[in-house]
Amino acid sequence: MTDVLVLAEHHDSDIKRITLELITGARALGNPVVLWLGTGCTDDTVATLGNYGATKVLVADSDAVNNHPVAPGAEIVASLIDSLSPVAVLVASTADGKEVAARAAIKSNCGIITDAVEIAADSTVTQSVFGGSTVVHSRVTKGTPIITVRPNAIPASPQPFAAVREDIAVSISAGAQRVTVKDRTVVAKGARPELTEAEVVVSGGRGVGGPEGFGVIETLADSLNAAVGASRAATDAGWYPHQFQVGQTGKTVSPQLYIANGISGAIQHRAGMQTSKVVVVVNKDPEAPIFELADYGVVGDLFAVVPQLAEEITKRK
Amino acid sequence: MKIAVCVKQVPDTWAEKKLRDSDSRLDRESADGVLNELDEYAVEQALQLVEAAGGEVVIVTMGPERAGETLRKAISMGADAGIHIVDDNLGGSDAVATSAVLAKALSGREFDLILFGSESTDARMSVIPAMVAERLDLPQVTFAQKVDINGSELTVERVTEYGFDLLSAQLPAVVSVVEKINEPRYPSFKGIMAAKKKPVEILTVADLGLEPSVVGASGAWSEVADFAARPPKAAGVVVTDEGDGGVKIADFLTSQKII
Ligand SMILES: Cc1cc2nc3c(=O)[nH]c(=O)nc-3n(C[C@H](O)[C@H](O)[C@H](O)COP(=O)(O)OP(=O)(O)OC[C@H]3O[C@@H](n4cnc5c(N)ncnc54)[C@H](O)[C@@H]3O)c2cc1C
Ligand SMILES: Nc1ncnc2c1ncn2[C@@H]1O[C@H](COP(=O)(O)O)[C@@H](O)[C@H]1O
Repeated sequence: MTDVLVLAEHHDSDIKRITLELITGARALGNPVVLWLGTGCTDDTVATLGNYGATKVLVADSDAVNNHPVAPGAEIVASLIDSLSPVAVLVASTADGKEVAARAAIKSNCGIITDAVEIAADSTVTQSVFGGSTVVHSRVTKGTPIITVRPNAIPASPQPFAAVREDIAVSISAGAQRVTVKDRTVVAKGARPELTEAEVVVSGGRGVGGPEGFGVIETLADSLNAAVGASRAATDAGWYPHQFQVGQTGKTVSPQLYIANGISGAIQHRAGMQTSKVVVVVNKDPEAPIFELADYGVVGDLFAVVPQLAEEITKRK
Repeated sequence: MKIAVCVKQVPDTWAEKKLRDSDSRLDRESADGVLNELDEYAVEQALQLVEAAGGEVVIVTMGPERAGETLRKAISMGADAGIHIVDDNLGGSDAVATSAVLAKALSGREFDLILFGSESTDARMSVIPAMVAERLDLPQVTFAQKVDINGSELTVERVTEYGFDLLSAQLPAVVSVVEKINEPRYPSFKGIMAAKKKPVEILTVADLGLEPSVVGASGAWSEVADFAARPPKAAGVVVTDEGDGGVKIADFLTSQKII
């Protein structure tokens, strides 16, 4: 069987769940070969990647890769497309992932499809576009298909393999090292799961009324081990940090459960959460369009309903 | 400093977007075309940089005839000139083909900085800036929440999954900006009047010296096989809170085996 190149998404040694989802998806196409850029690849990580079916873990850890964003990764991916002739390249649909994929596509004369939610054995891709209102099947018609995959779309499932590690030395051009990382700021993410990866997302909008109002949202989120999201009205007002915005100009989430509190459901907000499996709504306006998406909705004051729900969940656990 | 800003006309975000049955392309005629909201931040950033350091801002767009209105709208914020690549052969271009056209239109014009929005609200790919940088062999500093220029030294805060990175590079460079970078200005009446007289270069694929086969559907390296509207969701249950709304939701979640 031929190889499928999977670009690992990780933060140092912390493997993002999307990486395991990519490997799971890759198994339908061929032998998953993981490319690990930068630091953090330990024996444990190799074993974890193997547990999901990675046959090999290629590690490219050098100053050129660690100190310069995007362009070095694209050169390595392009050189592996050349030397491995994989049937496809799978990358996470994150800012970095998409850009490495984009530059590699141009270098290697390969077509690219972004935001896949499913990949068939023949590399036909399913996308969910226009805020989830349309399902599209597309394919790459030139070169090796380069496909970026949305987090939380392909459920990760183990299929153990004894993966081997192979350190690779790829020389990075001077041109790819023209942008230099001077400093990295990691914003404390706290104990909550990451927004795009979370199984449950609890969101608040303008109805939350102010930054303090997010207290009840966070309490509910913690009772469900959920991530907290926010509408743009809430992030624009500075009530909640921008990186938690859900929607067209924020993150796209697709959790098992999405609880929208005090959010009216503007089309741009729906674009970021419409593919959630189960949607629960709390809003005091029965006419709010978000109720159209609700599997279960309560017309009421979120300051009464949300704390009661959090308490009830904690009680039942 | 000479700055180019690439902007795209997109269907109004409030409109329902649909693909056309005939060729699986976005039906752009059925909705109003507006300036991609995220590109307004790029225009604003260019204007602020030029106001501080002097120079010129040129707006660049590829799109059908009516994208010219969007180009004028962007110019009316305060830019100096425009470039509009318009050609029937461009229909059906994917990101690869679009980036080829934009790169060709930008090359050889000695721009110090090429600015982009971080994403178009219709295609939502976020790949054009990286592709253009690759084609023009320029350093790429994308998803900027802060841009500083000191002589030829560019310093950018790039938003990451974890916070932000402080990056530096030398001009010329490609930069894309996120929406928290600034507050785009509204075009003034004077700006709108002045925009009507600003020079706009209209270019075809042949003017750029590109073969028609590298653009449009024939130049696309990906294609839509088929598409369908997502089946409408079955209507859910909506109840009015009578003091037990939270308990009722918990019951629902239990019935769904979520808790
Ligand atoms: C180009 C563009 C991109 C955009 N991108 C995004 C995006 O990415 N994400 C996004 O979210 N928006 C986005 N928007 C903005 C979007 O159009 C809406 O303005 C925004 O989603 C509204 O946020 P909201 O629902 O919190 O506020 P509102 O629309 O004001 O709704 C607040 C809701 O709270 C309810 N409420 C008030 N008090 C209570 C209470 N005590 N208990 C219960 N309910 C209460 C009200 O009934 C109301 O329905 C975008 C807009 C544009 C033009
Ligand atoms: N047809 C176009 N003409 C000019 N600029 C474009 C065009 N398409 C995309 N762009 C630019 O590329 C950015 C990213 O677009 P996308 O990769 O489609 O999400 C946009 O914010 C624009 O700045």
